[in-house]
Amino acid sequence: MFSEWKFTAKEIAEKPDLFLSGHRACAGCAPATVLRLIMKAVRGPTIVTNATGCMEVVSSIYPYTSWAVPWIHTAFENAAANASGIESALKILKKKGKIKHEHVDVIALAGDGGTYDIGIQALSGAVERGHDFLYVLYDNEAYMNTGIQRSGGTPFGASTTTSPAGTVIPGKLQNKKPIADIMVAHEIPYVATASPFYWRDLITKARKGIEVDGPAFLHVFAPCPRGWRSDPAKSIELSRLAVETCIFPLWEAINGEYQLSTPSKVLALAPQKKKPVREYLKLQGRFRHLFTPKFEKLTEEIQRITDERWQRLLRKCGMT
Amino acid sequence: MQSVIKQEILALNGDEAVALAVKQSDVDVVAAYPITPQTIMVERFSEYVANGEVETEFVCTESEHSALTACLTASVTGARAFTASASAGLALMHEILFVTSGCRAPVVMAIANRALSAPLNIHCDHSDTMAQRDSGWIQIYVENAQEAYDSVIQAFKIAENPKVLLPVIVGLDGFTLSHTLENVKVLPDNIVRKFIGTRQLPFVMTHEGKRALFKLDPENSMSMGPIALQNYYFEFKRQQEEAMKNALEVIPQVNEEYAQISGRHYGDGLLEPYHLEDAEIATVCLGSTAGTVKTVVDELRSEGVKAGLLRLRTFRPLPVEGIIRYLQKVKAVGIMDRSMSFGGHGGPAFHEIRHTLYDIQNRPYIVNYIYGLGGRDTSPSQIHRIYENLQKIVRTDHVEHLINYVGLRE
Repeated sequence: MFSEWKFTAKEIAEKPDLFLSGHRACAGCAPATVLRLIMKAVRGPTIVTNATGCMEVVSSIYPYTSWAVPWIHTAFENAAANASGIESALKILKKKGKIKHEHVDVIALAGDGGTYDIGIQALSGAVERGHDFLYVLYDNEAYMNTGIQRSGGTPFGASTTTSPAGTVIPGKLQNKKPIADIMVAHEIPYVATASPFYWRDLITKARKGIEVDGPAFLHVFAPCPRGWRSDPAKSIELSRLAVETCIFPLWEAINGEYQLSTPSKVLALAPQKKKPVREYLKLQGRFRHLFTPKFEKLTEEIQRITDERWQRLLRKCGMT
Repeated sequence: MQSVIKQEILALNGDEAVALAVKQSDVDVVAAYPITPQTIMVERFSEYVANGEVETEFVCTESEHSALTACLTASVTGARAFTASASAGLALMHEILFVTSGCRAPVVMAIANRALSAPLNIHCDHSDTMAQRDSGWIQIYVENAQEAYDSVIQAFKIAENPKVLLPVIVGLDGFTLSHTLENVKVLPDNIVRKFIGTRQLPFVMTHEGKRALFKLDPENSMSMGPIALQNYYFEFKRQQEEAMKNALEVIPQVNEEYAQISGRHYGDGLLEPYHLEDAEIATVCLGSTAGTVKTVVDELRSEGVKAGLLRLRTFRPLPVEGIIRYLQKVKAVGIMDRSMSFGGHGGPAFHEIRHTLYDIQNRPYIVNYIYGLGGRDTSPSQIHRIYENLQKIVRTDHVEHLINYVGLRE
């Protein structure tokens, strides 16, 4: 199913970038780092398509582009449909001898708004049809491009501009949608979660998603200092803490079989190493109100939700 | 000069005629979603796929929005792409219609024209395509199943012409044409293929200054559909207008070339005049209604009434020069609209044609007849009354009602 692709840090560093510098992303933007790492996993001729969102906007301001691969953006809710059309065209043109490449990989990129919310129909349809492409969700947990509005990917308790922490309501009242599990439920061959602190794991998973025959879904955690009101220097640290607190565990589901990836497996085997969620929450202004006397109890609620989800994942991975 | 090809006559409804034309046009990708009254198109095409009669990637999408999106990206990957829809389906595509024309993707789409909700209605009017007037698509309205077949074939050749490179809608009246059996003359497969040719891709300059084919191609890393702000957006839009102007030349050329092999032409491809040479009164209409109007014109002519018809085949780009040429000597013109522009001053065809004739000297009286919404039947006797009304306007030099509703309970 997968090649035995091995790489060293040096090889990755030396591999030419396909997502080029000069883009207009903010300081500390983890999605930009994620894209750069994803593009390091590319194995050959590749076409990339991008939903509307931060990464599309910062990378394609005409007449400039950060893309060293053929790239297209069409709209917000249809990244997976873009991929469907490209993949279908490649398939038939290859069959008719109208393109020379033996194979061209297709990658679709979208943020949480373009995936959890407005893009889920196109995504669900495309994977049901079984198109061969990798869909990468870079999840910064709100509509950052339009100014930090809540999405289906925004976690409980986070303050956004449409779920502001007020004197009565403590930020978003709903939980983050379990999007990767929803994709597993589509019975596609490969689903995984990744976080840029664990860059080797991230690149390996992106490569697996590219290699697998059929649809693959990669959910990547991607801190946004502007939206999270966090220190731009701490984005990678946050992407580590999210895993260490089990807020964002790392796992893969190959043909529906869940298995924990090493950074999370370590925590399953040695639960004492699991950090309290407060350590993760306290570094972010979007959770600042949870550290006031009025809403303090909610950090316990977040701990409870996190533990529950973690236990459920352990059961899926056969680790309880 | 090629001679007219011997053709088989098949009994087909409009949808089947479209499906057959698509089958013969060597389409690479068809992506579609079912909606009445378009469904027969996709059903027939699915059968072609199931029986291995076409070399086409058929993508049964989960929505019209994704259907057009997939056609758009398939098209810019170098494929010939087709979709079909109607009414609410076309409305759901609205956003992507603009993206398709903006990306200069020559997608062809057949629309079985149908009313828009609410109230829900599955029958014919032109509200669906008229609502997409400004989306940058060429719009062709056909009179019968034969023309639906012929126009889909022509549409690929028009859309893919490098001087045009715009998507095309071929509109056929829902049920009246989509579901009604007619004798349709069909060309042999190889002749259709030869007529359209292989998909032409123009050369463009990449951001690296390289000359490259205009497609998503790993050989040349082109970025498409970027963000273009105050400093560039306007130029992109102006180029689309230029392409529409070019289409005014290309559509008649294709109409003529097609006539040479098929023996059929539709006016000059843009407008089809009927007894207009010496007409004193005339109507303008789109779609299948023209068939009924022609019968009425024949009857009036036999009574010595100088009546005529101008069928607006191509609504976008609007053939301004032709409209002026054909209508400048007419004394009263009735514009028949099968859709409404709520709160506007009459229907969309009325707006456009009245505006077009504004600059000519001694312009005719121009009045509006809104008819047939939600599939309401328009009878020959109603059309007779329209011409009587136009005669009265000429006789009395007076317009009583500028905007009239035909066959409406009031």
